[in-house]
Parts: sequence; structure tokens; C-alpha cells
Amino acid sequence: MCLALPMKVVKIKDKEGTVELGGVKRRANLQLLKDVNIGDYLLIHAGFAIQKLNEKEAEKTLRLLKIL
Amino acid sequence: MFDFFRDEKIAQKLAERIKRLSDGKHFKLMHVCGTHEQVIAQSGLRDLLPQNLEVISGPGCPVCCTPNSEIDLAIELALKGHLITTFGDMLRVPGSKSSLTKVRVLGGKVKVVYSIQDAIELSKEKKDLEIVHCAIGFETTAPSTAVVILNDAPSNFSIICSHRLIPPAMEALLISGECKIDGFIAPGHVSTIIGSEPYRKMAKEYNRPIVITGFEPIDILYGIFLLLKQIKEKRNNVEIEYTRAVKPEGNLMAIKKMEEVFEICDSNWRGLGNIPKSGLRLKKKFENHDAERKFNLRIEKSSDILPGCICDKILKGLNYPPDCPSFGTRCTPEDPLGACMVSSEGTCSTYFKYADEKK
Repeated sequence: MCLALPMKVVKIKDKEGTVELGGVKRRANLQLLKDVNIGDYLLIHAGFAIQKLNEKEAEKTLRLLKIL
Repeated sequence: MFDFFRDEKIAQKLAERIKRLSDGKHFKLMHVCGTHEQVIAQSGLRDLLPQNLEVISGPGCPVCCTPNSEIDLAIELALKGHLITTFGDMLRVPGSKSSLTKVRVLGGKVKVVYSIQDAIELSKEKKDLEIVHCAIGFETTAPSTAVVILNDAPSNFSIICSHRLIPPAMEALLISGECKIDGFIAPGHVSTIIGSEPYRKMAKEYNRPIVITGFEPIDILYGIFLLLKQIKEKRNNVEIEYTRAVKPEGNLMAIKKMEEVFEICDSNWRGLGNIPKSGLRLKKKFENHDAERKFNLRIEKSSDILPGCICDKILKGLNYPPDCPSFGTRCTPEDPLGACMVSSEGTCSTYFKYADEKK
């Protein structure tokens, strides 16, 4: 139920975006986020973008794990 | 970039570190998210963990935690001719006497939707019908309900508000002390909304470390590693493993919308009973969208656990599904006895599909 998938923004029109994952496109409501841009990765849950994914933070985690 | 979180070598390395940190001592860690259980079971993570380390599932599936009374209300409204919209998992959960699936067979109008927005669109299309949406879900889902209510939802649209809050349920488990939990793997997607603050008091008051964890196998192993490290260093902090998605302050825009629309109330959970301040209900100014008030019905208390079912103990983290005498015999995904076997995110259903032993 709390499943959310990381999907890439390919189109934005007002407060609605088209997001894509592995060739599958979906509509996503963007009203819970500020400053969404094309190319951003968003977490999509039940048709709503609930958070933007931060690639820099992912890289940081990756580095931490490499030196563990 | 995100594929790294499935890297087998890193997983092996983390498993080795976890084994070393746990040092043969018994630890019990609890997660409270159906998606965590699915990833753990699907990826066989329990096989990578030492025998002395238990990872048990708590009340992490909103469909499972919804009491019969709320399902009964949806059934009653469907039988009166209103159109009920719901997320798929809710369909087959048995209420006190029937389920939404059975009502649909009898001609009741019940439609599965992917998003609450689909229910809004239906309300606009079918102006002559009352549309009642079963608004279930934790903090991850409640903001989407808030958005559609704030967007001037049509007057023929209302909700049965079954939104529940996770931190009060975690705290209730700690207060009861029935399940000896050494630390919590906190839910990543709930936390994208609420951030880390709502867990802080609990961590200090009950001396339990909490790590907000993501949903790839590496996330979960790293979350477990961070919990054990805290236990070893005698720290009881709230840490974020899932930093690529969770900010300490959460999603402020979503929190603001939730606060505009909902007020916090006591809530009855299947298996856990009444938990103070663990539910959300619509504020008075939105009462025309509150099905309970709109149709002048009351959600009564219900008896939620059938004889032969141990869903209550599963939801409290006291037992694993194979401990139940009905598991896989009287209770299967095709013919479920309890809610935890119905929902695809229910612990019993996940165990039935991916693992039939404890470890």
C-alpha cells in the first residue's frame, strides 16, 4: 500500500506530470512538490508524486557503503 | 545510479558486517511496512542474516489494520446503491458478514481505482450517483486525499476516512511491552512525508534506536547494520538510511495540506485495538465529504479476529505466519480467513508466496 516507485519526469503540464519507468508512462499529480523539472526522479505513490529523489544523496550512500 | 542498491557483493559484505556486529546475541528488529516484508521475502534476505537476528513484521499493512466496522460501512453504502471506489486489496477483506467482492457479485457498485483522482473523475462523470471512496493508507497516502479535498471535490464525492498514523502504533507496541523489540526499521515512504522528528521522542523515551530505511535489498541490510551499530554503541537515535528520499523535516507541503484537511483522532486498529491519536478524520468544514456524517451512519466497534486466526498476534509482531494453525490450510490467499492473508502486502500473504518457514 505504501509502495512508491521512482519514475522519471518526461512532461509537465500545470500541476500534472507524465512520468516514466522502463518504458511505462503514467500520469502523476505534482501538487505535493515544489520545483519539479523534466528529468527529475520522483517517487510515485497512488498517482501522486510524494518526494523528489536526490541523486547526490544516493551517491553519498554509495560511497559510505564502499568504504564500509 | 539506483541499481547499485541491489548489488550482490555489497549485500554479502553487509551481511558479514551484520553477523560480526550481532556477535551471536539474540536481537529482534521490527519493520512496520508491508513493502519491507515483500522485499525481505522476495530477495531472501532472512537467509543472509544470522540465526540469532530476527526481523519481524509489525502493523505495516493499512488494509490489514482497517477494522471490520469500516468495511461494513462501505458494504452498507454499496447495498444502498452508492458507488464505492477502493484500492484493489480492500476488495476481498472479509467484513463482519460480507466483503466488497461479494457485494459486487450481488450487483453492488464497487469499483477498483489506482488513485483517488480516478474516484474524483468518476464523481464528475456520474453526477446522479453518490461516490464513496474508501480512503485507506498511512501518512504516505493521506496527503493525496488532502489534495483532492482541497481542490473542491465534487459534492457527490465523499470518503470513509480510514487513514491511520504509524508512529502512535509503534509507540503503542512499545507501551504494551508484549513484543520485545530491540529496534525499529522505520518505513521509508511514510517518512518521506513526516520526516524523522515524529519518531524522536519515542526513541529516547523507550530507549530504542530507529532507522528510517529504503526499499532495495541493500537499503534494508544497511538499515539493519545501522540499528545494530547503535545498539552496540548504546545509542537510541533516529537515523535516516534512505537519505535519497527522506529529509529530516519530511515533505512540508504535504504536511501542510494534511493539517488543513484532517484532525487527529483516536482510532481502532484491527488486532491492536484502540490507539490514542492514531487516526485522521476530516475537519468539520469538510463534513460534506465525510461519508459517516453525510449519510448519518456511525462506525461501530467490531469484532475483528475470527476464531482460528492469529492476525492480531501477527500485527503485533508476536508470531510469524507459520505459527498459525490455519496458515496454508484453512487460510490461503484464495480463501482467506484473516486480513493479513488477503492483502498482497499482508504478512501472511507474503509468507505464503515466498517463504513458508520462519527463517
